[in-house]
Amino acid sequence: MRNPAINDILPSEITPESRYHSRREFLRRGSLLGLIPMARSFAGERAQGQLQFKKNRQFDTDEARTPYAKATSYNNFYEFGTDKDDPARNAGILRPHPWSVPIEGEAEITGKFTLEDILKPHALEERIYRMRCVEAWSMVIPWVGFPLSDLLMRFKPTSKARFVAFTTLFDPARMPGQRRNVLQWPYVEALRMDEAMNPLALIAVGLYGRTLPNQNGAPLRLVTPWKYGFKGIKSIVSIRFSEQQPPTSWNRSAPDEYGFFANVNPAVDHPRWSQKRERRIGAGFSLFNPRIPTLPFNGYAEQVAYLYKGVDLRRFF
Amino acid sequence: MGEITLKHVKRTLFILCFLPWIWTFYLAVSGGLGAEPIKGLLHELGQWTLRFLLLTLSITPVRRLTGVAALIRLRRLFGLYTFFYALTHFSVYLLLDLGLDWATLGEDIIKRPYITVGFSAWMLMAMLAATSTNNMMRRMGRRWKSLHRSIYTIALLGIVHYYWSVKADVREPLIYAGVFVLLMVLRLRQQPRSGAQTSRISPHALPVRGLGRRLGNAE
Repeated sequence: MRNPAINDILPSEITPESRYHSRREFLRRGSLLGLIPMARSFAGERAQGQLQFKKNRQFDTDEARTPYAKATSYNNFYEFGTDKDDPARNAGILRPHPWSVPIEGEAEITGKFTLEDILKPHALEERIYRMRCVEAWSMVIPWVGFPLSDLLMRFKPTSKARFVAFTTLFDPARMPGQRRNVLQWPYVEALRMDEAMNPLALIAVGLYGRTLPNQNGAPLRLVTPWKYGFKGIKSIVSIRFSEQQPPTSWNRSAPDEYGFFANVNPAVDHPRWSQKRERRIGAGFSLFNPRIPTLPFNGYAEQVAYLYKGVDLRRFF
Repeated sequence: MGEITLKHVKRTLFILCFLPWIWTFYLAVSGGLGAEPIKGLLHELGQWTLRFLLLTLSITPVRRLTGVAALIRLRRLFGLYTFFYALTHFSVYLLLDLGLDWATLGEDIIKRPYITVGFSAWMLMAMLAATSTNNMMRRMGRRWKSLHRSIYTIALLGIVHYYWSVKADVREPLIYAGVFVLLMVLRLRQQPRSGAQTSRISPHALPVRGLGRRLGNAE
């Protein structure tokens, strides 16, 4: 059986080189003019400090935002416990600085990068995304970060790089939830290379204009708004380019419930609940809060549907 | 000082058993159940249902262990409270979670095994609650006892319902399963001697007055 996750991607398709260079040039000029403050300022920021960023109007929505208090107190981050309020309660001991991220595998530039090295060249932007959890609830969150593709292209992935895999920190002393094997630790996630190159894929370092609280995945995390929330791996400590499809945590834990793609899809139910509708976590009194319809690819079909042309998404959910 | 009668005990328990319900709804309204209070309510009320169910099932083994015969007179109170929590659990699901969407209710019951199982348990429980009056007990005779033995099936279904609804962390459902198994083992071990034992228990271990007296033949 052919695995559609291993797509026939031409190397030329992976590399939006012209776009990459023009953007760099644009940013360089922008920063010279003082219009786009460089991410350098981030390194000195304390936790939940104010970030400097530019609003990216291309990625916006007029939907009501989830209040900051709810987005930072209702989290799935099993490294800190399996209850929704466990991460906010237990993540204080994480200490996301100092932090380094080894870059490994099928790329010309590999090695260990400090968090500051990783962030330095990138101008931060704010994007408002919908976040749809596989558990049928959703939020609207203003993320602060930069395109994943911009980060990955710096390491010049080779033509063998068909996938990119991410790993979360494994340190039971700082992540007490890892003392129990609820999942196989460390948490791993991966994207097909063309998915990772899609402009929607974001590396976030903040939300609501402030640095990421630990419970939201400090110091850097992935955001892929057309996929279920569990694809958005948190507190990343390694990035690896690979030719083979890497294992992903929830898929490994329950392959009939969580697929590799994990694209938001109202037509494919989770075996134990419907995915047709979702409960939006907003500002209002939430006891009377009817579910709203879930959209294919979480409403981002226009931007990402082409990635899955010819793929049976019922089979490869 | 007057004697503490069964009536007093029952009245006190009646109020005590209602407190978790008030507390749970208070938390939901005040934000104490997190950003998704509907899910929180479902979870808490479901847990309380299982707790009361196990409490009801523990009456007989505890009665045999302690020799306090009058404990049996509290069993119906706990049993009916179990159904009360189950009823509000189901109501929150149907009214607040599904918003009275009957089509989805039907789909859930048919397509989702954990809901099929939970709903079956709920239906059985409703039957037990409906036949819990003295009048029904008298009218049904032998059939009453065999019907009410389905409490064991209900407990099993309830625990499976919880176990299957959990994503990965099955610790809590396993605790309920453990208590259930323990109670069943106690019951089986007590079974052969139960006849001899009950006859030795003083019916006055706890003073019995009024309402309780009429239930003398319930066991």
